[in-house]
Amino acid sequence: MLRLLKLELQKLLLNRTSKMLIGISFILPFFVILLSALKINVFGLFTLNLGELGIFNFPVIWHLNTFFASYFKLFFAIVVVSMIGNEYSNKTLKQNLIDGLSKREFISSKCYTILFFSLLSTLLIGVISLGIGWYYSSAINLSHVLEGSTFLIAYFIKLVGFFSLCLCLAVLAKRSAFALAFLGIILIAEWILYGILSWNFEAETVAKIHNLFPLQSMYNLIEQPFQRIAMLKFSRQKIDLTYDYMVHFHEIAIVVLWTVVSIYVAYRLLKKRDL
Amino acid sequence: MEAPILTINNLTKKFGPITAVNNLSFTINKGEIYGILGPNGSGKSTTLGMVLNVVNTTSGHFKWFNGTLNTHDALRKVGAIIERPNFYPYMTAVENLKLVCTIKHVHASKIEEKLDIVGLLDRKNSTFRNYSLGMKQRLAIASALLNDPEILILDEPTNGLDPQGIHHIREIIKRIAKQGTTILLASHLLDEVEKICTHVVILRKGIKLYSGRVDEMISSHGFFELKSNTHDLLMQELKAHPAFGKLKVHNGLITAFLNTPLAADVFNKQLFEKHIILTHLVQRKESLEEQFLQLTDTK
Repeated sequence: MLRLLKLELQKLLLNRTSKMLIGISFILPFFVILLSALKINVFGLFTLNLGELGIFNFPVIWHLNTFFASYFKLFFAIVVVSMIGNEYSNKTLKQNLIDGLSKREFISSKCYTILFFSLLSTLLIGVISLGIGWYYSSAINLSHVLEGSTFLIAYFIKLVGFFSLCLCLAVLAKRSAFALAFLGIILIAEWILYGILSWNFEAETVAKIHNLFPLQSMYNLIEQPFQRIAMLKFSRQKIDLTYDYMVHFHEIAIVVLWTVVSIYVAYRLLKKRDL
Repeated sequence: MEAPILTINNLTKKFGPITAVNNLSFTINKGEIYGILGPNGSGKSTTLGMVLNVVNTTSGHFKWFNGTLNTHDALRKVGAIIERPNFYPYMTAVENLKLVCTIKHVHASKIEEKLDIVGLLDRKNSTFRNYSLGMKQRLAIASALLNDPEILILDEPTNGLDPQGIHHIREIIKRIAKQGTTILLASHLLDEVEKICTHVVILRKGIKLYSGRVDEMISSHGFFELKSNTHDLLMQELKAHPAFGKLKVHNGLITAFLNTPLAADVFNKQLFEKHIILTHLVQRKESLEEQFLQLTDTK
């Protein structure tokens, strides 16, 4: 396993473009989070201090950070897609197989890399959130940290699921640009399908089906935190809203299922193909 | 009898309606140098692709090392280059070879030794994209040699190279062959195969036309090319001579094909005793090229 991970890391880290993209996808979100956590004096007019809104307090910070950081996954998605696309365009996939790498090992090495970077990203976001939360929160208790862990798990699953889907599309399309286009097509297709469904069925049924779609199911893992922040702000007033922001087991199960399907399809495609 | 390294049985590959390789069988034994000959598109690369596990077979099977290893493990004892050298363009020679070492479970200490064999030691830290085609091909050979393979598979190793490059690659191949490594060389360059190989398999449209030793393939006794100032007398003599069969005349040059072996000096003496003085005498065997064209054209 370490051998396969080492193999893929060498391919990625010696490539200037992917090294840059990996850097961006890791450093940028933390930079943004850190910057927003600082008190910023805007031209001496007023002091922007997002911390005062209470969004950096436990437990909201877990929700907020994982939600925003997951948008930066798009950068690493480009890396995932190009690490397959490049193997095809350089014909190194063929050479790797001739040198004695099996097709299963080839896919495994890509999957280990996805797991490795997802884990790394999760750990970093965990440490940063813990640090900022510590600084802003007056009191810390175990339940706050526990809630954090569920958001971190959701974040990790979300990344792995999304990258696995990218991997599958890249193997299917063989070229990076086409694979990213496929991703866009899936996004649009999900919305069109959603539209058609809501035309014909009740809203509740439609929502249930919609939650099964690959990209929607990944989005569902971490709901948008704005409503929660708003509720936090106006917690004195009674807001009668059904807003379920927690991470649910069935949501994780759906994404894990998509992950397994993506990797399996990628493997079958590669297995059947003549190079 | 040496142990077979690769046994191919009734191997067939179809790409849609096209049959690229048709019911092919042959065996490769240790220590020999095999050539796979065939015109472009005759199924050479497809055959190699199948035994190297990058092309799926339609039917038939093959086994490495007499079936003692599965294909995945067997490929670790094989070195192969296919058509074009494929490496990561942004990595240096050493970095590319390190990657191959990781794939093949080989220690990285082999890299310098193999780069030295192909004469790339002084350019080892240049990136692959800055190499000339000849250098790329040599790097591919170094890469194939990393695991000290029992068999080296080369698919058109001199394709697209300049004369120096071709010469360089051939010298390297000969040196490797001398060390006792089994070699399988696919090519459409006949003199290449003739110069290097001991055995040959000839393919045409995926069908095996011949397989066996190179010297047995050239089965005829050769021919004489003759010229004389007394042309008619010579022709008479040749027609009467029991050793000769077919005669061809072109621009006064007589080509006389032998039915039985006949040494040039004996023949010259016979003619001289009959007062026929030759101005031109050459004894030749048909080249592999002529044999190959006969085999692949007539059917």
